[in-house]
Amino acid sequence: MTQQFRGEVKFTSDTPILVMDKLCKNYQIGSVELQVLREVDLTITSGEYVAIMGPSGSGKSTLLNLIGCLDRPTKGDYILGGQSVSMLDDDDLSMIRGRRIGFVFQSFNLINQLNIVENIQVPMYYQGFTEHESAERARELATMVGLGDRMKHRPSELSGGQQQRVAIARALANDPLIILADEPTGNLDSASGAEILTILYNLHQQGKTLIAVTHDEGIAEGAERVIRLLDGRIQKQEYNKRRV
Amino acid sequence: MFLFRFKRTLKLGVKSLWMHKLRSTLTALGIIFGVSSVIAMLAIGEGASRDAQEKIAQLGSHNIIIKTVKPPEEQSASGQQQTLQEYGLTYNDAERFLNAIPDVQVIVPNRRISQQAQYRTRRVSAEVIGTVPWYTDISQVRIKFGRYLASTDMHYKKGVCVVDDKLVKELFGFDDPIGQDIKIASDYYRVVGVASEQTNTKTTSTFNEENPAAEKKAGANVGSIYIPLTTVRDRFGEMTMQMSSSSGRTMERVELQEIIIKVRDIDQVLGTRQSVQTLMNRFHKKNDYEITVPLELMRRAKEFQRIFTIVLGSIAAISLLVGGIGIMNIMLATVSERTREIGIRRALGAKKRDIIFQFLSETLILTLSGGALGIILGALIPFFVTHFGQMRTVITLSSLLLAFGISAGVGITFGLYPAYRAANMDPIESLRHE
Repeated sequence: MTQQFRGEVKFTSDTPILVMDKLCKNYQIGSVELQVLREVDLTITSGEYVAIMGPSGSGKSTLLNLIGCLDRPTKGDYILGGQSVSMLDDDDLSMIRGRRIGFVFQSFNLINQLNIVENIQVPMYYQGFTEHESAERARELATMVGLGDRMKHRPSELSGGQQQRVAIARALANDPLIILADEPTGNLDSASGAEILTILYNLHQQGKTLIAVTHDEGIAEGAERVIRLLDGRIQKQEYNKRRV
Repeated sequence: MFLFRFKRTLKLGVKSLWMHKLRSTLTALGIIFGVSSVIAMLAIGEGASRDAQEKIAQLGSHNIIIKTVKPPEEQSASGQQQTLQEYGLTYNDAERFLNAIPDVQVIVPNRRISQQAQYRTRRVSAEVIGTVPWYTDISQVRIKFGRYLASTDMHYKKGVCVVDDKLVKELFGFDDPIGQDIKIASDYYRVVGVASEQTNTKTTSTFNEENPAAEKKAGANVGSIYIPLTTVRDRFGEMTMQMSSSSGRTMERVELQEIIIKVRDIDQVLGTRQSVQTLMNRFHKKNDYEITVPLELMRRAKEFQRIFTIVLGSIAAISLLVGGIGIMNIMLATVSERTREIGIRRALGAKKRDIIFQFLSETLILTLSGGALGIILGALIPFFVTHFGQMRTVITLSSLLLAFGISAGVGITFGLYPAYRAANMDPIESLRHE
């Protein structure tokens, strides 16, 4: 990487990678102020695999957007990788999204006019990698998710499972602190879904920090910790036994 | 790194424009036509203006030309038309100019008559110009062979003439004209010289035409024969006869068709014009003359050219504005169509300025390639106009630069807003957009 990120910290396992302190998010709808998140306290340590679950309207998506730095909290503090991000401006938030977060979306969100390698290159492009470096890494990642023979294909030429694998490769491009998955299996059949879960689990095994927002109990089973949201509050947290 | 990003953004821009070939082409057409019409119009305007200025320059910037004009028909007391009309410039006028106006370098009184010239059996229409030896000082006439009229020719009212090379071609064919005799009216004149006039189109006198056929040809280019003024006065007299349907024969008496005054310095032109006007007002009760000042014409032509340029400029500006609005429209549509892509890019770390740069570069690629094609088309149109329309066109480098600069300006101006809008979309909303 050519640019030094300010407040660069070395993360070992068990270092809190994400700390939320009484985080609130309100939306102004007309004259009514809607409290979507009410004083959420959350700490996630490096290398954890966390599933966030909850019924619709529980504030899942809002929490996801806040974790992904797509949105700013109304109140409270959010420390990501040792840096408070609740007061950062738009450019810094863009930088953090690019560097520290790897998004995996329900509907894959690949750019259709770019081929597989180019899609994986996109996050690196905004971090100032050279074409050569980023293409090299993109090819490695594509091979890693098992798409080494499809590198010149367009997303529309791939199956849903394959597209989601490209999205995971893209999420890994800048070696982020957190991989943030939003219903990663929601648009997939069960076979492809299982495949994706395996990949995610393997990433976790390699030491990646994973946060998945989901309805899928299958994902929750694979996670170390399940956080259940209700009405904008953390209702309960469950720890699963680690798989062997 | 900047260069790499730049290249990358351009590549991306070309790629997404290429995905919508028809749309991109149609959008670029607005710019193509705008730019090409600017260049073509300016080229045609410039050509016409240079033509006009050259013609005026041939009249001489130091000259003041006073011409005889036939006054409106006068009614005598009895209601009958006068049978003898006397009007126009006189030898006295020339004398007065010489005596009363300072700063005069040369005065050339001319008599112009349309006549048939005959050499052996060949007859052609020609304009006979009774003039003085120093006619060459005020005109573009230059001697090619032989000599021009001399003061002895004037003094002895010799029957000599100088013909211009156009007439030589028509009348003599391959014969050497020097020393030959040509017949004009009932007299013979010996050719002493061949002159060439550097005019493309000669201004011919439109009055006192004796021969309707010659008059018709006068509009076309007829050759000129220069004869000493004294000789003309002696042999042709000042009276001409005209047949008119209402009152039969009308006699006209005109001494001189034009007097050309050349002043020493260009600054004296307008002052001298004033003096000439005063003198003429004093001695001519009838409105039978017309004063032309090429310098004034030149200034007017330049003023006209300026207005012409402004008008063309506004037309061009409007057409480019329309093209620009078209581009903006398409870019806004593109932005809203690609909302999701914008959201994805923002989530993956694109800053607002990255998005602005991406869409702005697309607009710029569109307008600049449109501008380049427009320049090619704009250079071709004047070529065809010149080729098929026999019109002079001049493409100036500045008009090319102007057109290209405008298209780039249009690109930036009309690309900024859609790009700005794209950059300011909420990433969360854009990701949800379908």
